[in-house]
Amino acid sequence: MSTLKIENLVAGIPGKQILNGINLTLSSGEVHAIMGPNGAGKSTLSGVVMGKPGYVVHSGSVTLDGEDLLALPAWQRAQAGLHLIMQYPTEVPGVHLDDVIREAYASRGRNTSTLDAEIVAEAARIHFDMALVERSMNVDLSGGEKKRNETLQLALLKPKFAILDELDSGLDIDALRDCARRVEAATQEDNLGVLVITHYARLLEELRPDVVHILAAGKIVKSGGPELADELETTGYAGLTQ
Amino acid sequence: MSSTAHYPGVVLPTAEEEIWRYSRIEELSLDSFVAGSVENRVDAPADVAGIVVQGAAVGECGIAMPIPVDAFAEINAIHCSGAHADIITVKTARGKSYASPIVITRTLSISGVLAAPRLIIDAAENSEVTVVEHFLSADDISSLIAPVVEIRAAQSARVTYIAINELGNKTWKIAHQQSLGERDSTTRLFTVALGGDYARVRTEARLVGIGATTQQVALYFADKTQMHDFRTLQTHIAPRTSSDLLFKGAVQDTAKSVYTGLIRIEHEAHGSQAYQTNRNLTLSHGAWAESVPNLEIETNDVKCSHASTVGPIDDEQRFYLESRGIHPDIAERLVVLGFFNEVLERLPQIDVVSGLRAKVAAKLHAGAQ
Repeated sequence: MSTLKIENLVAGIPGKQILNGINLTLSSGEVHAIMGPNGAGKSTLSGVVMGKPGYVVHSGSVTLDGEDLLALPAWQRAQAGLHLIMQYPTEVPGVHLDDVIREAYASRGRNTSTLDAEIVAEAARIHFDMALVERSMNVDLSGGEKKRNETLQLALLKPKFAILDELDSGLDIDALRDCARRVEAATQEDNLGVLVITHYARLLEELRPDVVHILAAGKIVKSGGPELADELETTGYAGLTQ
Repeated sequence: MSSTAHYPGVVLPTAEEEIWRYSRIEELSLDSFVAGSVENRVDAPADVAGIVVQGAAVGECGIAMPIPVDAFAEINAIHCSGAHADIITVKTARGKSYASPIVITRTLSISGVLAAPRLIIDAAENSEVTVVEHFLSADDISSLIAPVVEIRAAQSARVTYIAINELGNKTWKIAHQQSLGERDSTTRLFTVALGGDYARVRTEARLVGIGATTQQVALYFADKTQMHDFRTLQTHIAPRTSSDLLFKGAVQDTAKSVYTGLIRIEHEAHGSQAYQTNRNLTLSHGAWAESVPNLEIETNDVKCSHASTVGPIDDEQRFYLESRGIHPDIAERLVVLGFFNEVLERLPQIDVVSGLRAKVAAKLHAGAQ
C-alpha cells in the first residue's frame, strides 16, 4: 500500500499564484477525481506534482510514501512511481514508443527481453492499431489515438500513481471507454492509485471515482463520493463553488 | 585576394563574397599544402565491376560542370590534367539497373597535401545505379581535400549518390557536387557529414530535361571546433521539374554550421515544384548555426516552399521523455537521434549506411551544455 500526499500546496507560474493550498491524500487502488471549471488550477496541479518546468512552488509538500517529490527532477519522480498522462501529449518526431519504453524500463532496471510482446498484448487490449504504435511518438495521431498511446505507456510502465490530466478531452466515445477501462483495470490488477483531472463527468461513468474533489480558484472547495459528480451535472460549477 | 604559388591564376575567394559569407576561407593558406593524392579503394561487386574505371582520361571531365564554378573546382580541374590526376568514372549501360552499390573509399593519409579527386557518374538512358563516396582520414592528418563529383542522368535514368564525410578533425574539405538531370530522370544526392575541421559542400542540382526530379538530403553533426558549411542550389531550367531538399544538422560544444540554399526557377521552367527544408539543433550554449534560404523565381505557375529553423532541443519533448522516468541525458539522445531519423530513413539501406546511426549516437556526448 502506497500513499501520495499533497499538503498545503501553494504554487503557480512566475508572478502568479494559482494553487492556494491544496490538500489531498491518495492511496493505492483508489480513484480520486478532481473536477473544476476552466482556470481553477487543474493543469497547474498536474504540472507541479509531476515537475514540469515553468512552475514555481511557494510552500507545501508532495510526498510519495514519505519521499519528498518536490525535491526531485521529473525523471526521478517517474522512477519513484508517479506517471502523468498529458492533456496534450507532445509530439517527438523520429522517436518511437518502443525506444521510449525500452529506455524507461532500463532506467528502472527492468528486463526488456519480452517488451515487444508486451507492447503487442497491451495495444490489443485497448484496440490500438500496431501500425499506429510504430509511428513517431504522437506524430500524425488523432486525439483519440494519442490518448490510447498515453494509456498504453501507463499500462506498460505500471506506476504506483497516475495523474490523468483531462484524459477525456478530444476523445471519441470508443477511445474514452477503452482508455478508461484499462485504467480502471490497472487499479485492480496493479493496485494503481489514480488522480483523474477532468472538466466533465462523462469520464467518471467509465472510471468510477471513490472520491470527488471540486477545485475552484486554486483550492479544493468540496469533497465527497461519486454522487458529487452527478450533483455537478445538474447544478453546474456555479452552484457548488459559491 | 592573392594568387597561390602552386596554382598560378587561381584566385581564392574572400568571405566578402555572399557565397563564402560565414565561411572560414580567410584561414586557408594554399601555400601550406603541396599537391598530393588520396588512396582509393573501389568495392564493386561483379555486376558493377565492369562499369567503373579508375585513372580515366581528363577528357571525361565536364559532363555536368563544363566550367569550374569557383576556385576549388578550378584547382580540381588543374589536378585532373596534371601529375596528380585522380579521375574515377562510372558509366552505366542503357536500360540496365545495377543492384549492388559501388563504394569508393578515398583516404587521405599524409599531412600537408591538397588532394583533388574527381568522380564522374554518367548514367545512360533508363539505367539505375548507386554510388557511395566515403572520405576518410586519421585525426592527425592536416590536409585539404577538394573533391568534385559530376553526375549526368540521361533520360529516365535513376542515380543515387551518397557522400560520407568521416574525415579527421584536422582535415579540411571543400567539395562540389554537380548534377544534371535530363528528361524524366531521378537524381538523389545524399550527404552525411560527421568529420573534418572545416568541411564545406557546394551541391547543385540542375534540372535540364522536362519532368526531371532531384532530391538533396543531408545529415550533418559537428562538435568541438568543427565547422560544416553547405551551399545548395536547386536550379530548374526545364518545365515540370521537381526538386526536394532536406538538410538537418546539429552543432555541439563550440562547433558551427552554415546552410545557405537557393531555389532558382528559370523562365522556361513553368509547372515546376521545389521544396527546401533546413533544420538545425544547437546542443550547447557555445554552438552556432546559421540558416539562410532563398528563392529566385522567374516564371508563374510554380509551387515552392522553404522552411528553416535553428534552435535548441524542444523543452516539451525533453520533459515528455523525462516524465517517463528517462534520465535527461538519455532523453536528449533520443530526441537528437529522432531528429536525424527522418534523414537516415531516407537513405538507401546498404551496409555502409547501416552503421551511421550508431556513429551519430557515439558523437553525442550526454549532458553537453
